[in-house]
Amino acid sequence: MSEIMNELEGIYAVWLREVKIYMREKERLGSSVISPILWIFVVGSGIGSFANKIEGYPYQIFVYPGIAAMTVLFASMFYGVYIIWDRKLDFLKEVLVAPVSRASVFAGKMLGGATDAMVQAVFVLILSVFIKAPLTPLIIIEAFFMLFLISIAMVSVGLVIGANLKSPEGFSLVINFVTWPMFFFSGALFPLSTLSSGLKPLIIIDPLFYGVDALHGIILGINYFPIYIDVAVMLFFTVVAMGLGVLSFRRM
Amino acid sequence: MVIRTEALSKKYGKLTAVNSLNLHVEEGEVFGLLGPNGAGKTTLISMLCTILKPTSGKAWVNGFDIVRESSKVRKSIGIVFQQPSVDDLLTGRENLAMHNLLFGVQKSVRKERIDEVLSLVNLEKRADDLVNTYSGGMRRRLELARGIMHHPKILFLDEPTLGLDPQTREHIWEYIVNLAEKMSTTVMLTTHYMEEAEQLCDRIAIIDYGRIVALDSPQELKNKVAGDVVKIKQKNPDMEKIRNLDYVMKAEEKDGLLYLSIKDASKHLQDLLTHTGAIDFVEVRGGTLNDVFLYYTGREIREAEAEGGFWERVMKR
Ligand SMILES: Nc1ncnc2c1ncn2[C@@H]1O[C@H](COP(=O)(O)OP(=O)(O)O)[C@@H](O)[C@H]1O
Ligand SMILES: [Mg+2]
Repeated sequence: MSEIMNELEGIYAVWLREVKIYMREKERLGSSVISPILWIFVVGSGIGSFANKIEGYPYQIFVYPGIAAMTVLFASMFYGVYIIWDRKLDFLKEVLVAPVSRASVFAGKMLGGATDAMVQAVFVLILSVFIKAPLTPLIIIEAFFMLFLISIAMVSVGLVIGANLKSPEGFSLVINFVTWPMFFFSGALFPLSTLSSGLKPLIIIDPLFYGVDALHGIILGINYFPIYIDVAVMLFFTVVAMGLGVLSFRRM
Repeated sequence: MVIRTEALSKKYGKLTAVNSLNLHVEEGEVFGLLGPNGAGKTTLISMLCTILKPTSGKAWVNGFDIVRESSKVRKSIGIVFQQPSVDDLLTGRENLAMHNLLFGVQKSVRKERIDEVLSLVNLEKRADDLVNTYSGGMRRRLELARGIMHHPKILFLDEPTLGLDPQTREHIWEYIVNLAEKMSTTVMLTTHYMEEAEQLCDRIAIIDYGRIVALDSPQELKNKVAGDVVKIKQKNPDMEKIRNLDYVMKAEEKDGLLYLSIKDASKHLQDLLTHTGAIDFVEVRGGTLNDVFLYYTGREIREAEAEGGFWERVMKR
């Protein structure tokens, strides 16, 4: 029993540290607020001004779930770089020698990153008021949980990459190579029907596609797959990513 | 016995950083590992702290096997790393609070422990400032406080005063002695500063190229090889007679001066002077660990340091 308590407190300690630092680094907090605004208003209305209505929705509304997913995707993935800095600056050593399992250290970092991303997600949900997206309280709650699932999946991926690399430069190289294709093939920016059939298989293997599809379903009521399949695939992907994360942390 | 190693070794490729080391440390001791940069001190400590796995050999810390029972070892120890590892973006107090959680300190005593160690290292006034506003010495003190806060059986200190100015260094020494006494903790520290080893340690292992070349109390180490150095000015000294005194280890004449190495000058000086007869001048200085290091390795620790430093720079790339 006290063993479990120990691990939980370890997770809490690591998470608390991440949150405190996030609150103290003004640039991080600032960019969390600015990038969703840019995407929703600049990209949404920019492209929207010459795009047709999609499935009965103006483009700015159609793209809204995708932008929510994207905000979470980028915040989550790029969070992995902090593990590299922590190691470089030796902040992590204290945690790595503590009598706490690496799984707990990973869980703490993962929740820290997810918190960071979810602050942005909440902000994006608030912005929906300004573009008159069709959100009810129930939809907001469902969307929040879906975004949270996307977040822990992607934070885990970012941490796997961060834990296996030594330099921040290497990290941004790899992470861009992973994140952008994942984003483009997720169907966040355009409906699937506009895509040539040759590219369809790429979509099926993109985990983010299922996340975006679920959000489309929840917010706009347009699905490619039934939502339980979307959620199941995302859950499976999350578990695999977390498993790899724990393994990577053990080797650190 | 709180620390025991049996033929403990660590290899990095072809380089043997720790070479089949056998060590025993008793409860309550302040035990020093003295050696130049690159001697293998950090590698040894890292293995004992379960951060590194040995290539071969065994070790027990607080009775627990460092490989098979690493989490029990971790619960028994406190560590101050060679590289500072306190979190810059947290306050001193927050660093300590995080440590309490990570090391499973009972909730009811957490606050009290933090205040206790903060006052031990005199950091109460700055406890709520971010660590990135601390001086090097203050960070070191915070790390000492953190290392001892969960009341470990054994405290490992890797180069606790590296890079600090002499005055700060002496302060840190006071804190270490203070902590070791107050908490009755066993301390294992590494250093390449001779004075540090001499000031703090009950026993010292001199290590070079991953091996122990000598191990004893500072006084005994010096007695065995260096003794005390006595410089005498005298006309026509009777060298033969002086050499035959049983506490005289070495006697040489150079530039009209007589250089003697004798065991325990405080005991034998009186007697020595009765045998030499009238003298013009006498000067006594204690033998140093530098003399001891020189004796066992054929190098000054400073030369070795330059050498090790070079390798360390190459290896870091
Ligand atoms: N990770 C590593 N990879 C390769 N060689 C290393 C590594 N760490 C230390 N060494 C080498 O092992 C030797 C012992 O290093 P170290 O234990 O740091 O010595 P000390 O702490 O006594 O200065 C040195 O020659 C050093 O260059
Ligand atoms: Mg070292």
